[in-house]
Amino acid sequence: MLRLPTFRYLQPRSLREALAMKADAGPDGMFVAGGTDLYPNMKRRHQEPRVVISLMGIEELRRLDGWNVGTCVTLSALSSLPTFQRSQSAVAGAAQLVSTPLLRNMGTLGGNLCLDTRCNYYNQSYEWRKSIDFCMKKDGAICWVAPSSPRCWAVSSSDVAPVMVAIGAEYRLVGPQGERLVPAGRFYHNDGINYLTKQPDEILVDVRLPAPNGWDAVYHKLRRRGSFDFPVLGVAAWIQWNGKKVGEARIVLGGVASYPQEVAAAGAALEGAPLSDEAIAAAADAAYQPSKPMDNTDFDLSWRKQMTRVYVKRALEELRARH
Amino acid sequence: MSNESKVKIALSVNGEPAEVAFAPHKTLLEVLREDLGLTGTKHGCELGECGTCTVLLDGTAVLSCLVLGVACEGRAVRTVEGMAQNGQLHPLQETFADLGAAQCGYCTPAFLLVAEALLAANPHPTRDEIKHALAGNLCRCTGYIKIYEAVELAAARMRGEVAQPTRESLYGR
Amino acid sequence: MADKRRIIGTALRKVDAVAKVTGGTRFADDLSFPRMLYCKLLRSTQPHAKIVSVDTTAARQLDGVHAVLTGQDLPIPFGILPVSQDEHALCLDKVRFIGDPVAAVAATSEETATAALDRIKVAYEPLQAFDSAEAAVAHPEPRIHDYGDSGNLHKLINLEFGDADAGIAEADLVREDLFFFEGNTHLPMEQHAAVAMWSPDGKLTLWTSTQTPHYVHRALAKVLELPAARVRVIATPNGGGFGGKSDPFSHELVVAKLAMVTGRPVKITLTREEVFYCHRGRHPTLMWVRTGVKQNGAITGMHFRSLLDGGAYGSYGVASTYYTGALQTVTYNVPRYHFQGARAFTNKAPCGPKRGHGTPQPRFALEVHLDKIAEQLEIDPAELRLRTLVPAHSLTANYLRVGSMGLGECIAKVVEGSGWKRKFRKLPHGRGVGLACSSYISGAGLPIYWNNMPHSGVQLRCDRGGGVTVFCGSTEIGQGSDSILAYIVAEILGIDPFDIAVVTADTDLTPVDLGSYSSRVTLMSGNAALQAAERARQILAVHAAKRLEVPAARLSFAAGRVFDRKDHKRGMSFAEAVQLAEAAEGTVGTVGSYTPPQGAGKYRGAGVGPSPAYSYSACVAEVEVDPETGIVRVPTIWIAHDVGQSINTAAVIGQVEGSIYMGLGEALMEEMAYRGNRKVVHKIPSLLEYKSPTTLEMCDVVTYLIEDPDPNGPFGAKEVGQGPLLPVMPAVANAVYDAVGVRIDEVPITPEKVLKAIRRKEKGEVGRFGPDAFPEIPWPEPTQIPTPWEGGDGKAVTGAPIPLERPH
Ligand SMILES: Cc1cc2nc3c(=O)[nH]c(=O)nc-3n(C[C@H](O)[C@H](O)[C@H](O)COP(=O)(O)OP(=O)(O)OC[C@H]3O[C@@H](n4cnc5c(N)ncnc54)[C@H](O)[C@@H]3O)c2cc1C
Ligand code: SF4
Ligand code: FES
Ligand code: FES
Repeated sequence: MLRLPTFRYLQPRSLREALAMKADAGPDGMFVAGGTDLYPNMKRRHQEPRVVISLMGIEELRRLDGWNVGTCVTLSALSSLPTFQRSQSAVAGAAQLVSTPLLRNMGTLGGNLCLDTRCNYYNQSYEWRKSIDFCMKKDGAICWVAPSSPRCWAVSSSDVAPVMVAIGAEYRLVGPQGERLVPAGRFYHNDGINYLTKQPDEILVDVRLPAPNGWDAVYHKLRRRGSFDFPVLGVAAWIQWNGKKVGEARIVLGGVASYPQEVAAAGAALEGAPLSDEAIAAAADAAYQPSKPMDNTDFDLSWRKQMTRVYVKRALEELRARH
Repeated sequence: MSNESKVKIALSVNGEPAEVAFAPHKTLLEVLREDLGLTGTKHGCELGECGTCTVLLDGTAVLSCLVLGVACEGRAVRTVEGMAQNGQLHPLQETFADLGAAQCGYCTPAFLLVAEALLAANPHPTRDEIKHALAGNLCRCTGYIKIYEAVELAAARMRGEVAQPTRESLYGR
Repeated sequence: MADKRRIIGTALRKVDAVAKVTGGTRFADDLSFPRMLYCKLLRSTQPHAKIVSVDTTAARQLDGVHAVLTGQDLPIPFGILPVSQDEHALCLDKVRFIGDPVAAVAATSEETATAALDRIKVAYEPLQAFDSAEAAVAHPEPRIHDYGDSGNLHKLINLEFGDADAGIAEADLVREDLFFFEGNTHLPMEQHAAVAMWSPDGKLTLWTSTQTPHYVHRALAKVLELPAARVRVIATPNGGGFGGKSDPFSHELVVAKLAMVTGRPVKITLTREEVFYCHRGRHPTLMWVRTGVKQNGAITGMHFRSLLDGGAYGSYGVASTYYTGALQTVTYNVPRYHFQGARAFTNKAPCGPKRGHGTPQPRFALEVHLDKIAEQLEIDPAELRLRTLVPAHSLTANYLRVGSMGLGECIAKVVEGSGWKRKFRKLPHGRGVGLACSSYISGAGLPIYWNNMPHSGVQLRCDRGGGVTVFCGSTEIGQGSDSILAYIVAEILGIDPFDIAVVTADTDLTPVDLGSYSSRVTLMSGNAALQAAERARQILAVHAAKRLEVPAARLSFAAGRVFDRKDHKRGMSFAEAVQLAEAAEGTVGTVGSYTPPQGAGKYRGAGVGPSPAYSYSACVAEVEVDPETGIVRVPTIWIAHDVGQSINTAAVIGQVEGSIYMGLGEALMEEMAYRGNRKVVHKIPSLLEYKSPTTLEMCDVVTYLIEDPDPNGPFGAKEVGQGPLLPVMPAVANAVYDAVGVRIDEVPITPEKVLKAIRRKEKGEVGRFGPDAFPEIPWPEPTQIPTPWEGGDGKAVTGAPIPLERPH
């Protein structure tokens, strides 16, 4: 049986208490919510906190207040809310596509948005990683995906994060320094190791979704199986409609970089005109160009790149069809 | 590790109060199997990748390999051992047994519990809803079909209908 | 027996069903004993290396560690086949793949044992490693093993049944194709586990999740140098096996040794990753086939070559290699046949028997090859097959004795049920149907090690209370073998199968059954049980007849009674009949056993392929292919299976559906993928990245049972556990071609491959994805065996008579 290493487990009841515990623990402490990312990682010795601080007992994080969603709301809860299914369908839909029903009963929104980046040289047991002399992300020196690269290319694999970036959600963080509001797009770094701009001692408290107001968004996910699998490509598409025309648009790709990658040129290709086949093709092409999957997930990378075009096209076609 | 001091929690297991002491890093899976002697809950990966370790926690189906034992203080856990009542099988157990929905039986406790949670929330599931509800559980033996049929049959019986297996599912065509 | 059947052919519950749905079944990892220690294995981090030193000092010093073992502690080699005793419980001087076990620790907890592993220092001297059969062919040195037919080629086979080239020369059409079948694994949901207990009186007991307790028993006695009579192996119910628990394994020997050394019970439960290293799954196989056919579809000759990537050890590999050439002849008439097979050693987890053992790969090749031939001949593929069927009760070119043969009826059923005639080549672009057939053995004709004892034995005991206990070495792996014993005995003795206690798979208590492999159990233990039950019935009948004053031949055994068939009221309970017999003769017990008929082939290699009976299946798959992505979805599969006679129809259907499931996974997504860029390492040893279909991928299955009883099967029963898997992969490949006009000559059929082939076709190239070369192999001189219709007697004509090789 694969088991957890030893650690101390703390269950604070308030944000203040949680922050204090983290301050006490220092770099040895980590927050946990549903644990569906952290515990498997700990079993494979990716993260080795001595103190694990659960956020699940903090009332404030479980709150749902209009379009403000507490980060400890589970993905099951989020995807089954009728108001969300109607008016935040991209968020609910992306949450519904995460992993499995059982994992969604446990996994939270916050954990999903902070999900560790993934790589199939990294998401392996300690023994396996030892046999390749480890890699830069943990315990090793170089990156096996791009051996001459100075950085890690582990993949942003959250399904909900690209949607948050596309719709322009804001994240509220609370830390020892106080509170700050960060646009989703600025929460992520294109670096497999330091993939969040969040400080380790900051808690992601809630997410402020934009109110429904003439915009629409969809999320399409590519993976081998209809369940369990992480995205090898996610496409979040957002359009602010201006009558029959596209006012503003954002296309954000998941699963192809270390962060949810917004392709500005793809959005720009759509703006100011109706969503014609030509415009869609132009946007799909614009998204295809910078999409640079690496050989560290399921499927062949060149196929994943080609799929960017198809998936962007299909996402936009769906938005058009329901407008 | 063995020299780690134990924690003690009180919880409800299959409707009965229980107290149990264990090393604090243990998962609910380990606590159930090793400290409470309830080996009906199985495991296939311990990483959240198969669904075999499913139990119900306060009525919700979760993976016991990713739940800490200490996080279960005061909560209600239901395992396969709690399904039969007073020596009578649960309707799902009856239909799983009759249709051959359990071959090796290793995945079966998990499927039973997920199905039980499904039927509690949705007494009239369609085949498609059943597939989606069971999509977090792998079975290598059955191809799932007998499992769907068993869930459908039990659902009908639990709704009070007089239902029998179809001829094709028992005898083919 | 004139009685109407009451149990055989119905759909009763399995005898262990209630235990399985209540969590009552005790699998190996569910066992626990006072003072039990936990074992962990240190595995090689090198794909191919000499072991320079192993330093266990620091590990031994850790609190809670009771013993540490290395290769020197268990130096005697073992292996499932007598011809490949090439494994050590812990590597002795060399490691051969990443995952090869090197050292073992027993400690008071798994956590402590794991911590101790971190403290063991192993120094390696790396050797060049090979990640494919082609690489092994190209590099005879450094040798992975110091035995084998040539360099890194473990086994080379060259068998010619008649002059195949001459046959092919007579053809109107000659077609040559290359195929590749990637390796995949069993992935039982239960991870292997074992618990060993040593008692100071010199007795060892091992509980283990094995499909073959008898072979584990032999390996333990050999490696631990214990008298077999002091070793007891109990196979716990397997949480799925599929062939993956059929070898004696390192961890079984190691916990046994640790129990002996520490005097305490020792348990090991493998992690999922370690299960991937145990493997013994499908051999990656490259195949080349050349067939000549007449305009009407008749085959004039066939030449088939296979190259198997065996991984690091022999395992069942010699048999697997023969199997890639053995069963081509039992479905369609092949008058002259040339088979060349080679198995290479590589630095990957060892391959072995997975459901269908060695035959899914050539079946895939053959059925796709035939689909192409049918198209060239402009004959409907179903029709082509119907024209060339092997007749029932006949002998094939390679001396396999076919008994009952329901393939024609199987084809007719799926053709009708699937609406084949409406759909084939007529569905809109992106949708298609494909057809394929197959056959499989119901147990092998020869045992794995040479002996002339029965393959299966049963003891039966009748209790004066009316209960019956059946003892048999057979192993329940989910296929229902315990139930089969109960049903058969209950049928003959006219009692309720749930009044029968079944005691199985315990080498102290049960007579030998060779194990749950080769689809042998229903036929062989079933026949043994049948014989034991009939003998018991005879004894009871004598005494009941005396009391009832009717001739014994007029007695019926049914509904728990023994009575006069002509006057039902004249009778007694079954229990009374037992009491009468017991009073007259003493304890009522009988035995039964089964030995398969002798094979017709007398050449070296003739041991693989013969079976008491062959099952047959035909399958139609319908697919949807997205031409923009290459993604293949399979909504429905129609399958007809000739099972001879169902003992339990629901169990048969369960096996069919499970086989389709596993076949679908192999067809579309499952593969044992390795990395070559960083050492040779398994790319994805996890349940997340090894893609097993979920409920959302599984197709609908329409099952037709064809019952064409075989004289060799109990009540006519043939196998069902493996055969229905075989046609799935080629049926899907053929359907993909029907849908989008491209040939994927490689399994799994992934979207990348489909899309590549579609793009090639759009560019005017050949719309195909698959291998394009078969390497040069140093084949030995062919063994020539004249076919039966050329006056052959099953013997080879070249060279001196050679003893039969008996890998099976
Ligand atoms: C088999 C399997 C399949 C999966 N498939 C998918 C998939 O398809 N798509 C997908 O997106 N995910 C997938 N996941 C990952 C995971 O289950 C989900 O992303 C889940 O939402 C994570 O949430 P959690 O609460 O369990 O995270 P946790 O494990 O609790 O936390 C994850 C990380 O976030 C940090 N964290 C959590 N909450 C906060 C907070 N409020 N403030 C600050 N830091 C925080 C933790 O410290 C930790 O580093 C899968 C996981 C498994 C095991
Ligand atoms: S991208 Fe490179 S450094 Fe990052 S996890 Fe993968 S192999 Fe390691
Ligand atoms: S054991 Fe596999 S999900 Fe828990
Ligand atoms: S019944 Fe064996 S895994 Fe499901």
